[in-house]
Amino acid sequence: MKFLENILHKMEPNFSKGGKFEKWNPLFETMATFAFTPKLVTQKGSHIRDGVDLKRTMMTVIIAMIPCLLFGIYNTGHFAEVAKGSSIAASYWDGFGTKFTSGLIVVLPILVVSYGVGLTVEFIFGMLRGHALHEGFLVSGMLIPLIMPADVPLWMVGVATVFAVVIGKEVFGGTGMNVLNVALTARAFLFFAYPTSMSGDKVWLSGQEVDGVSGSTALGDLASFMSDKPVFENLDAYYGKYSLMDSFMGMIPGSIGETSTLACLIGAAVLIFTGVGSLRIIASFFAGGFVMGMILNAVGGNAYLDLPAHFHLVIGGFAFGAVFMATDPVTAAQTATGKLIYGFLGGLVAIMIRVLNPAYPEGVMLAILFMNVMAPIIDHYVIQSNIKKRLKRVKTA
Amino acid sequence: MSESLFSKKNRKLITDPLTDNNPVTVQVLGICSALAITVQVNQAIVMGLSVIFVTMMGNVVISMLRNLIPSRIRIIVQLVVVAALVIVVDQVLAAFLPDLSAKLSVFVGLIITNCIIMGRLEAFAMANKPWPSLLDGFGNGLGYAGLLVLVAVFRELFGSGTLLGFTIFGNSLPGEESGLYAMGYTNNNMMILPPMALIIVGVIIWVQRLRNKELQEDH
Repeated sequence: MKFLENILHKMEPNFSKGGKFEKWNPLFETMATFAFTPKLVTQKGSHIRDGVDLKRTMMTVIIAMIPCLLFGIYNTGHFAEVAKGSSIAASYWDGFGTKFTSGLIVVLPILVVSYGVGLTVEFIFGMLRGHALHEGFLVSGMLIPLIMPADVPLWMVGVATVFAVVIGKEVFGGTGMNVLNVALTARAFLFFAYPTSMSGDKVWLSGQEVDGVSGSTALGDLASFMSDKPVFENLDAYYGKYSLMDSFMGMIPGSIGETSTLACLIGAAVLIFTGVGSLRIIASFFAGGFVMGMILNAVGGNAYLDLPAHFHLVIGGFAFGAVFMATDPVTAAQTATGKLIYGFLGGLVAIMIRVLNPAYPEGVMLAILFMNVMAPIIDHYVIQSNIKKRLKRVKTA
Repeated sequence: MSESLFSKKNRKLITDPLTDNNPVTVQVLGICSALAITVQVNQAIVMGLSVIFVTMMGNVVISMLRNLIPSRIRIIVQLVVVAALVIVVDQVLAAFLPDLSAKLSVFVGLIITNCIIMGRLEAFAMANKPWPSLLDGFGNGLGYAGLLVLVAVFRELFGSGTLLGFTIFGNSLPGEESGLYAMGYTNNNMMILPPMALIIVGVIIWVQRLRNKELQEDH
């Protein structure tokens, strides 16, 4: 490390004010502070409890996402083999290495495009505004591939990333200023801009060549219960294809990283344990989804409405959204009570959209974006009611 | 006549609304129709021409009447004049461009409620002579039309792959793709939805304010 430090030290005068590469200072600073403590540190008198900063917070979230990523790669690989009709497709855990490799071939380019394009855009804005690269995109860049269908064309990922970073974030002033979750903005953009590449039954299996292999997702099949031509006759037939255990483990087709509820819960444990993610939001999000599921059960009428409430929590992107999207500290509600309301309503709206609007089989994305917009209002009323309560206490005393 | 018809002051009446005092991007008026009829360039052009005609003629008529209109009922008088002009435009379009007229549907009629027109009548025509009012109406109408066409170019090019109905990126029909479509390009459906028009107008405002510091509000 000393060696690296010396090199950076020698290069520094070139990048500081008046140096040869003054313009590139943001890039230099980003690289240097990635490896070493910044030069400017507090000398005395600050009350530090922990050395946590934005970079470490972001790295924690990325670590929490690793189970989802690894499982997503394997799952994508498995369904790529299914689509090819190869012999190892029959059993889920057969041919581990082959499946992981073919998953990697699909996922890695998406990851590279997302990070490459996103960081380039961030860097251009950093140069224009004269600040070092902000770390905010580290997490968004990882989230974007995880919520893409396996078969999404790479250029679409690029376009969506540019849109999300510029319109979703930089317009509002950059990291920490955005109203909407950046990764979900990218997903929503693709959903409305290129619906044929983002939904339906053609996009979830990478490189589908064999006819007769259904590439639909659990949500897509369930949504068909709302139409005249359901894929399954009844719920028992549905359980035959997507059992509760398979759905919980994530051994079903879906966006790359969202299928496994188990992996999401491991991530949630990491986030809650390190204090990066809010337990209130995650728990109330699940509670909201469950309550809406119960309400729909009570109404009843067709097979989708009768689907047990706990099933809703393990299919689609519900768990992934609750753990990684809703907890985004910038776009979520800030007050403790506000977080509970925000999460609960988010889960409620997610299941409501998912079931009652067949045009949007995955309501989690829209529900979280909607709650992002509502979060400041929730906070405002929570604070106002607190002020009122305390005023009353003063008056009666 | 003390002042020439195209003096510097009069020329400014036309050029200002095109740039630093654009009715849409700076005063943020007439946004609704900018969202509704910018899916195709030809719609935007026809709409722009209609608005230019109405602002010009409305400004001239009101300017000529300005000393006769009792101020308490001036809004009603202005509305009657604008409504009469809009009906003329609507009928002319229906007679000579029936297809486009059907596509523009209510939005031609809604020119009556376009804030740019009422704004110019109130702010300019009521206090100025007919000739400058004509120029002011023309300039503001042109500023509106220009922005409409600019937004429509983006939306039609990326939303449908055409400009004025001519294909630019190749044939997009499934099964017989050519040009960019054969390489995997797809039209952007979001461009056809109204929110994208709002985003494009927003980006244009953003770029304009970056270039002209005077337009930036401090807060």
